[in-house]
Amino acid sequence: MKINTKYLGEVEINEEKIIEFENGIPSFLEEKKFILLPFDESTPFYILQSITTSELGFVVVSPFHFFPDYQVKLSDATIEALTIENEEDVAVFVILTVQEPFTNTTANLQGPVVINSKVQKGKQISLNDPNYQTKHLLMPQAVGKEG
Amino acid sequence: MLVLSRKKDQSIMIGDDIEITVLAIEGDQIKLGINAPRSVEIQRKEIFLAIKEENASAASTSVDLLKQLTGTFLSQEDKK
Repeated sequence: MKINTKYLGEVEINEEKIIEFENGIPSFLEEKKFILLPFDESTPFYILQSITTSELGFVVVSPFHFFPDYQVKLSDATIEALTIENEEDVAVFVILTVQEPFTNTTANLQGPVVINSKVQKGKQISLNDPNYQTKHLLMPQAVGKEG
Repeated sequence: MLVLSRKKDQSIMIGDDIEITVLAIEGDQIKLGINAPRSVEIQRKEIFLAIKEENASAASTSVDLLKQLTGTFLSQEDKK
C-alpha cells in the first residue's frame, strides 16, 4: 500500500511491516499504527511514521550508537504487553527532539520505544532509572563548534 | 475525585487485585506499597507527563531541520 509521510513524501510500504501500538503513544493515544522508515542510507536516523496521520512522524534512532552505555530494562508488564519471547526479537529506539541549532537536538532516553519485531508490536515505555531524562544531547561533542 | 483518609499500615483496594498500602509517613513524604498484577503498569505521574510533553515537541520537527541534522551528523562522523 501507499502512504503519505511527513518527511519522505509518498512511499510504498509493506503492510506486514506495520507496527501496532495498542495504547498509542503518550500525547497521541489515538495513533495505533506506525511504520519505521529509514531517513536515508547514510545515517542511522529512522522515521516512525503514523499510518493514519501523514503529518505525524517521529525522528528516531537506535540509542546504542550515540549512548553506548545505555540500558533498557523491560518490566514484566512490557514483556507481557508485547508478547516478548526472545531478547533477539526486541528493537529499541529513542525519539529525537530536533532543535535549531541542530547541535541542540536531544534524545528521550527516559521514554524509549520498544518493538517486538517478531509480532510487530510496539510500545513507548518509561524507565525509572534516575540517570535517564527526556532530554539528552545527541551529539555533545558538536556543541559550541557549530550552529 | 474520591477522597479517603488512611493511617499508616492501612490499605485501599482498587478492584479486587490492586492493593495500595501506606507504609510510612515522614513529614510531607508518604511511602506507598503497591500490590498489583504484573500486567498493570505503575509509574510516577511526573515521568509520564514529561514523556508526553517531549513527544509533543518531538512531533513538531520540520523537514528542513531534519536535513540539517543529518548533515551535522555526517560531518561529525567524518571527524572520528
